[in-house]
Amino acid sequence: MRRMYTTELSKNVKPIETAEEPELVAAFEARVAADEFIEPKDWMPDAYRKTLVRQISQHAHSEIVGMLPEGNWITRAPSLRRKAILLAKVQDEGGHGLYLYCAAETLGTSREEMVEALHSGKAKYSTIFNYPTLTWADIGAIGWLVDGAAIMNQVPLQRTSYGPYARAMVRVCKEESFHQRQGYEIMIALANGTPEQKRMAQDALNRWWWPSLMMFGPPDDNSPNTERSMRWRIKRETNDELRQKFVDITVPQADFLNLSVPDPEVKWNEAKGGYDFGEVDWEEFYAVVRGEGPVAKERMKARRDAWDNGAWVRDAAAAYEEKRRAKQAA
Amino acid sequence: MATRSKIDADLVKRGRTDPVAPEAIPAMQDYCQRLGDDALILGQRLSEWCGHAPALEVDLSLANLALDLIGQGTNFLGLAGDADKLAFHRDVLDWKNCWLVEQPNGDFAQTIARQLLFSTWQHMLYERLAASSDERIAAIAAKGVKEVAYHRELAADWTIRLGDGTEESARRMAEGLDWCWRFVPELFEVDEVLEGLIADGIAVDPRLFEGEYRSVIAAVLAEAKLAVPADQRAILGGRRGHHSEHLGHLLAVMQFLPRTYPDAQW
Ligand SMILES: [Fe+2]
Ligand SMILES: [Fe+2]
Ligand SMILES: [Fe+2]
Repeated sequence: MRRMYTTELSKNVKPIETAEEPELVAAFEARVAADEFIEPKDWMPDAYRKTLVRQISQHAHSEIVGMLPEGNWITRAPSLRRKAILLAKVQDEGGHGLYLYCAAETLGTSREEMVEALHSGKAKYSTIFNYPTLTWADIGAIGWLVDGAAIMNQVPLQRTSYGPYARAMVRVCKEESFHQRQGYEIMIALANGTPEQKRMAQDALNRWWWPSLMMFGPPDDNSPNTERSMRWRIKRETNDELRQKFVDITVPQADFLNLSVPDPEVKWNEAKGGYDFGEVDWEEFYAVVRGEGPVAKERMKARRDAWDNGAWVRDAAAAYEEKRRAKQAA
Repeated sequence: MATRSKIDADLVKRGRTDPVAPEAIPAMQDYCQRLGDDALILGQRLSEWCGHAPALEVDLSLANLALDLIGQGTNFLGLAGDADKLAFHRDVLDWKNCWLVEQPNGDFAQTIARQLLFSTWQHMLYERLAASSDERIAAIAAKGVKEVAYHRELAADWTIRLGDGTEESARRMAEGLDWCWRFVPELFEVDEVLEGLIADGIAVDPRLFEGEYRSVIAAVLAEAKLAVPADQRAILGGRRGHHSEHLGHLLAVMQFLPRTYPDAQW
């Protein structure tokens, strides 16, 4: 069930559909196979529910943690226009997090529980956000590559079997393509700019290329639940298929910028109608999944601090609401 | 009064035939910078919250406010000259914003106190400024007034929630107000620059709505079960480029890229 922001090692998830009534399971599978949406009140296998909660909440956490690397540049954006666009973009990501938490809540898990799981390290988020944003070009590279990869992952999810998730993804996808374009536009400005700007642009591509390829998750032969997730329409294309698509679209975009992708093995393969490319460093990927990314500690600290420092505000809002209700009841 | 045409006519007498941009008129330029700097600096401050607010919904609201303010700032600075040049290449002495907006975010209560005091003022100002004899200023204010009405509502709602929430939130809210209160008189200060523009119907005389402002703030604080802070000695000087220590640091962050790479286009 790794999907969008792949962060988890799903090898240890065992099929647990055994205890459930076979007729219910069969009816459910038939509906999914017929591309019907499953809605919150419908019966669903326990494993389906659990997998979805994990996948959707991971996606929500990724949106929220993903606000941090780009938020790092809002106060330093180099023009008023860039500042406004970036702020609006990061705000969109927060909105995506909100839709997704709401979608996950329809499966019976509260937002507090999900946030708790993130802060305790139990829940994962996309590995990509554990890398630092060093220069302004990183903002371009993230929009171009990271939102680009996210779109590739998310477009098929607009047809995912769980209704609330699919509908959330429709809203999200509309905005992601705008994000991708503004990122690429930043890269164009830099690639056509001064030698210092070109250096920033190339360096950003060098650092973000491989982590972007990791966003599609481990290779298919090491992705044991793919088959079940595909059957359940929680996943609609395999990790390697999506990764190939991404490379095929992105390499010509890098060429257009006169930037080089940091992989000497990238080469057009006429026979397969796509690019060949080198092997992702999976050791690094699994390390980052385990929470060993370069700025993983900073990201988690920022989220926990925001949450802890905001506790008195949330308490105050709840207390006020309580008083107001009591007054109304009286 | 028909001030634009009066000014234009003066300039025609001096040999200028086409209507001039405000930057040719120091007082106008100054006023547009005051308006623009207030909005931009507060927008910059609010944007510091992005990703770090007490709740996701609050994060989204604060970003909305920041976006509106950065937009207003951009528009007013655009009347004063090249907005980006003004935003990224002026040092402290040339910034005309009031002290209130450059204050650090502090805790969420201080942010809300600052917002309540500023947005309530800005709303009353923009409502009147929408009738400015300068139609470009009027247009920006008329667009802004709807945005700022929401800012004022949001700040008042949170002031009430925090003031009438828990003991801790009430204490923090009172401290936030106490921090900001000394900067309120500057909002109603009228100097020679403003006097001339008021006479021409371009600028609004803030003294005309000071009484209304004070009673609106008092009403919000009453509903929040908070005391109106005792008057404090007024801190002035922002309009003449004399600021707190905080502004220099804000500018160092905001301006670093355009100043490090002055030849670059972004
Ligand atoms: Fe997003
Ligand atoms: Fe996303
Ligand atoms: Fe995005």
